[in-house]
Parts: sequence; structure tokens; C-alpha cells
Amino acid sequence: MIRYILRRLLLLIPTLLGVLTIVFFMVALSPGDPARVMLGERASPAQLETIRAELGLDRPLGEQYLNYIFRAVRLDFGRSIKTGRPVMQEIRELFPATVELALVAMVIATSLGILIGVLSAVKQNTWLDYTSMVGALTGVSMPVFWLGLVLIMIFSVGLGWFPTGGRIEVRLFFEPITRLFLIDGLIVWIRDGDSAYLQSAIRHIVLPAIALGTIPIAIIARTTRSSMLETLRQDYVRTARSAGIPEKRVIFRYALKNALLPVITVIGVQFGLLLAGAILTETIFAWPGIGRWIYTAISARDYPAVQAGVAVVSTVFVLINLIVDILYSVVNPKIRLQ
Amino acid sequence: MKRITIFMLLLVLTAALAFAGSQQESEPEAAAMSDGPQMGGVLVFARSGDSVGLDPGRETDGESFYGSRQIFDTLVEFKPGTTEVQGALAESWNVSADGLEFTFNLRPGVKFHDGTPFNADAVAFSFERQMDESHPYYDHGPWKYFGGMGMGGIIDEVVVVNDLTVKFVLTAPEAPFIANLAMDFAAIVSPTAVALYDEEFPSNPVGTGPFKLVSWTKDDSIVLEANKDYWGEGPYLDRLILRVIPDATARYLALKAGEVDLIDFPSAEDLELMAADPNIELIQQAGLNVGYIAMNLDKEPFGDVRVRQAMNYAINREEIIEGVYGSAGQVAKNPIPPTIWSYNDDIEPYPFDPDKARELLAEAGFPNGFSTDLWAMPVARPYNPNARRIAEIVQAQLADIGVEIEIVSYDWGTYLDKTDVGEHSMAMLGWTGDNGDPDNFIYLLLSADSAVPPAMNISFWRNEEFTNLTLEAKRVYDQDARAKLYEQAQVIFHEEAPWVPIAHSVVTVPVLNTVHGFVIYPTGSRVFQRVWIDQ
Repeated sequence: MIRYILRRLLLLIPTLLGVLTIVFFMVALSPGDPARVMLGERASPAQLETIRAELGLDRPLGEQYLNYIFRAVRLDFGRSIKTGRPVMQEIRELFPATVELALVAMVIATSLGILIGVLSAVKQNTWLDYTSMVGALTGVSMPVFWLGLVLIMIFSVGLGWFPTGGRIEVRLFFEPITRLFLIDGLIVWIRDGDSAYLQSAIRHIVLPAIALGTIPIAIIARTTRSSMLETLRQDYVRTARSAGIPEKRVIFRYALKNALLPVITVIGVQFGLLLAGAILTETIFAWPGIGRWIYTAISARDYPAVQAGVAVVSTVFVLINLIVDILYSVVNPKIRLQ
Repeated sequence: MKRITIFMLLLVLTAALAFAGSQQESEPEAAAMSDGPQMGGVLVFARSGDSVGLDPGRETDGESFYGSRQIFDTLVEFKPGTTEVQGALAESWNVSADGLEFTFNLRPGVKFHDGTPFNADAVAFSFERQMDESHPYYDHGPWKYFGGMGMGGIIDEVVVVNDLTVKFVLTAPEAPFIANLAMDFAAIVSPTAVALYDEEFPSNPVGTGPFKLVSWTKDDSIVLEANKDYWGEGPYLDRLILRVIPDATARYLALKAGEVDLIDFPSAEDLELMAADPNIELIQQAGLNVGYIAMNLDKEPFGDVRVRQAMNYAINREEIIEGVYGSAGQVAKNPIPPTIWSYNDDIEPYPFDPDKARELLAEAGFPNGFSTDLWAMPVARPYNPNARRIAEIVQAQLADIGVEIEIVSYDWGTYLDKTDVGEHSMAMLGWTGDNGDPDNFIYLLLSADSAVPPAMNISFWRNEEFTNLTLEAKRVYDQDARAKLYEQAQVIFHEEAPWVPIAHSVVTVPVLNTVHGFVIYPTGSRVFQRVWIDQ
């Protein structure tokens, strides 16, 4: 097992080199001169040249590439063209926000998705099944943008239950510790007995997590349903039933555990997608995360930021895949990792 | 299962009821009676993006200046709501007879937020770091705005006369120079803090301004607190928070929910709802910008003034404003917006008159019209929210007089590169003013000096009389005399018609009615030192 994990981690190196190379050339060969985009209407030729030289854009592409790879290996992606700050520092500040949001969204999506999926499989072709599957279809098709605004209108402006956006009430002047605000809030609560920060952090994450989790809920529910339906038809389930084992136990202990394999794959993929795909949710709910940051970096042709952002997200994506593979063997000991 | 369904139903019902209920609750509160500014409170300003950095010399974007404007002061400043200049960190100044030396008398007793005394050395430091390549902090640049305003060529040297007197020696008389000093890039920074934070100064700005930086959470919020020792009026607020809410509708909803007090860039669709909301007040002013269609005189047939005038008669600006700008725009007739002094209001705009246009085209030898291209910018700009849409409207309008338009577009960088060298026949572009001086529009965008590629004058209109007027207006220091020159220049511009001026956008800032004393500055600054909120 440990050897397997090590080997997978080693495989990460060529994968990432590939990703870095693709990102470099995609960025370098796309139209639009970053110096020009930076300076806009007010560029003078001298200024353009200074900035191109500063960014190394006046050197041959091959040299730029080697330079970039050598520095990337040392996790040095340089400074952002736009802000002049080290890009890794900006990522350290923003990535936790996205991770926290994606985790909460996935917890909601996984628990609700599996629950709905199991229920509609067990009650196949009843009104409950139809309702859930129509609901799932709606969930997949609903634009996050629209859903987000509707959630804000009902639950923030209308009911006043949740704030319209942000990670924590700005008037609390919170100083982050780990930058995962739920954890930070918990730390402050335990340390100082003040639960205001934790409460605010929870209130802020509810709506964006629901908005972000809606599509995964639907996908997980549909996968669980079809996988469960297949498993329920297996001989061993019939045997278990005929042996007089209570139905609940048959479903959750015998059938679900086996039906979960494809569901875990889907959860892994969805989680990876959420990490970079949260742009819309982050925009609507003013959530200062990495998705929006990468998006802005692309529009500003901020090469170092795009490169570092994509590299970090890809690494996490690959790591999640690894964890999914390991989970396989935990759920089904028949699968041996080699 | 049943219990779950019933629970869900109840939830939805409660939600619906509460939603309806809260609509009724939001009756307008009686406006707080007040006799003057009240001290205290926290104001949250929601804007669309984060600051890039807070070193005003280094940055060029409005979001950065929103932050740095609170922290830094300039030698001179714009009077609230105008483009006129008054003393700030300099109490007074005088100009030598030859117009080459500006001597400033600095305000005594002012300190930077870090305790460093403000003096002539700090002034010299703030400028020399941007102009002197051997200065130890020159490499903190590029100093884009300083370069963009041509300051390197204007200032010969900055001389420290004594602790509270500083002298700027110019290379040639330049009347708009004083307005440049009111711009953000000319802010005075604490030399001690620049040395201390070095490359990290843009995240740790230290100035003399009404607010000091407390914390900056990337892409989320900038927290500022009152500078209790501020030399000028205010600040009345305890704290000021600049919060990022990227989506315009989400900003409006946050305002409606009372989470923020003032928002930037409202969307046109939400404005009507806001106007009807008794808790929200809309503050409006014409923006310091102009959106236009430039006709390239180097391309046939635009060398002929009759053709250019025909375009002006054939394009219906009202229709464009209605279809694209809505309430956020007003028709332009001059190359400068009405908020700038010397705006020539006597000029009669070209009326919409397709018959007259056809007549002029026939005179010019095009009785059946001609084919040409019109370039549309790929991005929304303050002066032109949707160039593509405008291009389509113009295409339809010109088809009516037989002029066939092909719409051309490129990515933004390429677009600017190609229009700079005049590859277009007709192109849309625009300009947002920097210093509120007419020179910043008229000379920069239309003089013959600016018609050299890469050109700012993308009409490549080289009118000697016009250019001479703009050059003379640089050398004369009396504002009334300058205004006369610019008024005259606008008459020539109107007759020669190198552009079809389209619109000036109107800036709207929605605020909660508990907010008082907020004034829109034509230059786009957001100033909060005189703002106060009901306690």
C-alpha cells in the first residue's frame, strides 16, 4: 500500500511537468500582449518596451520556457505582473477559501446526494423516485448564477437569515489564523469563549455551499440510484433477504457499500471540478477564492499567476484522484492496489 | 418520508410568507434630523474589484486609487465635485514670471501615519523615486502614470528650498502641470515607510491621509481607520471598509439588505428598482469621459471634410444612448465632457438629418455611398459599455445613406496596437480624463503632435490652427485665457469633424439614506473624509 502511494506520488512529477508545459504554451501562444493589456489606452512605446523587458517577454520562447520550468520546480512562479506580489503568497491567501467552500459543498452534496439516490432506488418508479430524479435534472441544469441570486433574494434580502456574501462579517474585523474560517472561528471560540466569529463564518458559508453543491447533489444522486438499482438485483442481496435479514440492514450494509464504488469516483471528480470551477459562485457570493483569481489573471494576461494557479489546482486534482483510489480499497477490500 | 415532505413544504411556505412579510416591514424610516456631521460609525463601500496595490505611484487602475486616495494626500487637490484645484499639503504656491518655476509653501505640523514629519524632503523623495533612475527606489516602478502623463519630460528637477518650501523646475511652461499634481500618482509617501517595507510598500502604504490602513484581505476587504491627527476636515467615520462584491446585482442586494452603505457601478437594470427604494438615494454626475467614433483621415474617403460631416448627420446619437447607455449616458457634442471647465456649450450639435448627409456625400462624389470598416472594441469601458451593439446600430443607420459598414474587432491589446498605427477606417474608442484639465482631452487626443504612430489621435487629423491653439493653452497660466483658447479649438473641431462624438457616461453612486456628505468627484476619486453616517 505504502509503496503504491509512493509510486503514485512519483508519477505526479511527469504529470505536473506536462501540465506546466501545456499551460506555458497555451498562455504564451494566446493572442494579446500582457504589457498592452496592462497599460491600456495610455501606453507609450517606451513604457511597453520596459515592461516587456521586465517580464522577460523580449527573450526567445525556448529560453522563457526553460527559465519558467526551472523556477517552477522550486515552487517559484515569480511575482504577479498585476500586483507585483509573489504569486504563491496570493495563492496561500486565497486557496483556503476555495477549499473550505468546496469541502462544505461536497459534504452537503455527498450526504444529500447519496440519501436521495438510495431512496429513489429503493422506491423505484414511485412518485418519490420521479420527484427526486426530476429534481436532480433541474439541479444539473440550473445556472449557478441564477440560483445564487435567487437564494440571496429569498434567504438574505427577504428572510434576512443569511448574509448576501463574503466569508465573515467585515465589521467583526476578524484576523485569520489558518484561513479556514470555520476552523479559525472554532479556535477563537475555544480560546476566548467568543462564538461570534464561528457563527458568522457558518452563516456566510451556507448559501454559497448550497449553490455550489447543487450540481454535485444531482449528479451524485443519479449515480447512486443507478448503481444501487444494479446492486439490488444481485444474487447476494436476494440471498440476504431470503435469509431474513432486516431490509434496512440489507440496503445499507450489503447493497450500499458495494454500490458506492462508482459514486466515490464521481465524488472525487466533482470535488476536483469544484476547486477551480467555483468562479461563478465566488463571483455571486463575493467569496474571495482561487477560481475568481485565476479568471481575473487570465483576463489580465497575468502569466505567472495563471501558471501558478493552474499548477496548484492540477496538483490538488491529481492528489484527490489518488485519495479516491485509496478509498476504493477501503470500501472494497477485494480491490488490491498494486 | 412523509414527515420529510411535509417539513419541506412547511419550509417553503414559511420562506414565502416571511419573504412577503419583510417586504411590508421595510417602511421608510423617518429621516434622522441632524444639524451637522456626526462622529463615529463604520461605513462599508462595496466595489467591483480589489485594489491591485496601494502605492499610488505604481498603480494605474481606479480600484487601487479608491484605496490609496484615503491613505495619501497630494500637494494640491480638486475641490469636491469639480475639476478646479486648491491647496492641500501645499498651503499656497506661486509661479515664476517665465512660467518655469513652481514654488510650493508646505503645510507645517503634518505627520505621516508612521510619525515621520511631512516636509520638503518627503515631497522631493516622492517625485524623485519616479523620475530619477539612480534613485534607490526607482526600481519599485514601473511608474506608469508618471510616464503616461509625460511628467519625466515636464519636470526638470525638484529642489528642496528649505524644510517647508519645495520648488519644481519645469523644462517648458506647462499650464496643466498644476492639475497633474492633484492626481493620485503625485501623492506624497512616507520616505521612512518606503525604506522600511521596500518592495512590500504597496501592501503597507503610509501617507498623511484621512485614513490609515488596518488590514487588507486579498479580493475581500480593505479596512481603514480614522487618522485622528488629520490636518484637514474630518474624517468623521471611525472606520471605512472597502469591500469587494464582483457581481453588480449582488452589490445591489447587499445594499438593500443593509450590509453595505454605498455601492459602485450599479447595473443599469437595477437602477430603476433603486430609484423606487425609499432607503436608497442615487447620487449622479456626468463622468469625466468621452466615447467617440474616430474617422481616419489617412484612409479614403475620410480626408474629405464633407464625408466626415455627413457621418455626423447620418448617425443618430439619441438612438444609441437609448439603446445602449440608458440612463447612464448623455449625448456628446464636444470632445470634452461638460464637467470640465472651457466646455463650449454654444456649439450646436449636428442634428440627425440623413437627407443632409446624402447631399454632402453626393457633393463629395459619393452619390451612391461607399463601403468602409468600423472597428468595435471587444471590452466594456466606462465611456462605452457595449461597442459591438453600438456598431450594429451605426451599421443600420449608415446603410440608410448608402454607406456599407463592415464591423471589425480584435482582442483588446491587438485592437489598441492596430488603431494606434491607423489600420482602421473608422474606429470606436474613448478616453477617461486624468486630471480634469481640457489639455488632457483636447491636446492629447486631437493635436497633430498626437497623430504620430503609435498615436493617441487615431483620426490622424493634423490641423495646424487647432494644434497651435492647444499649444498656446499649455503656455498661458491664466485659466480664463486658457478657457477661451479651448472654446475656440472646439469650434474648429466641430467644423472639421474628425470624430463622431457619441456619449459621456453618467456616473451613479447609490447610497443608503443614512449616509451624508458624499460627493462624486469628476476625476473618479472616491473621497470619504467628509462623509458621515447617522448614529
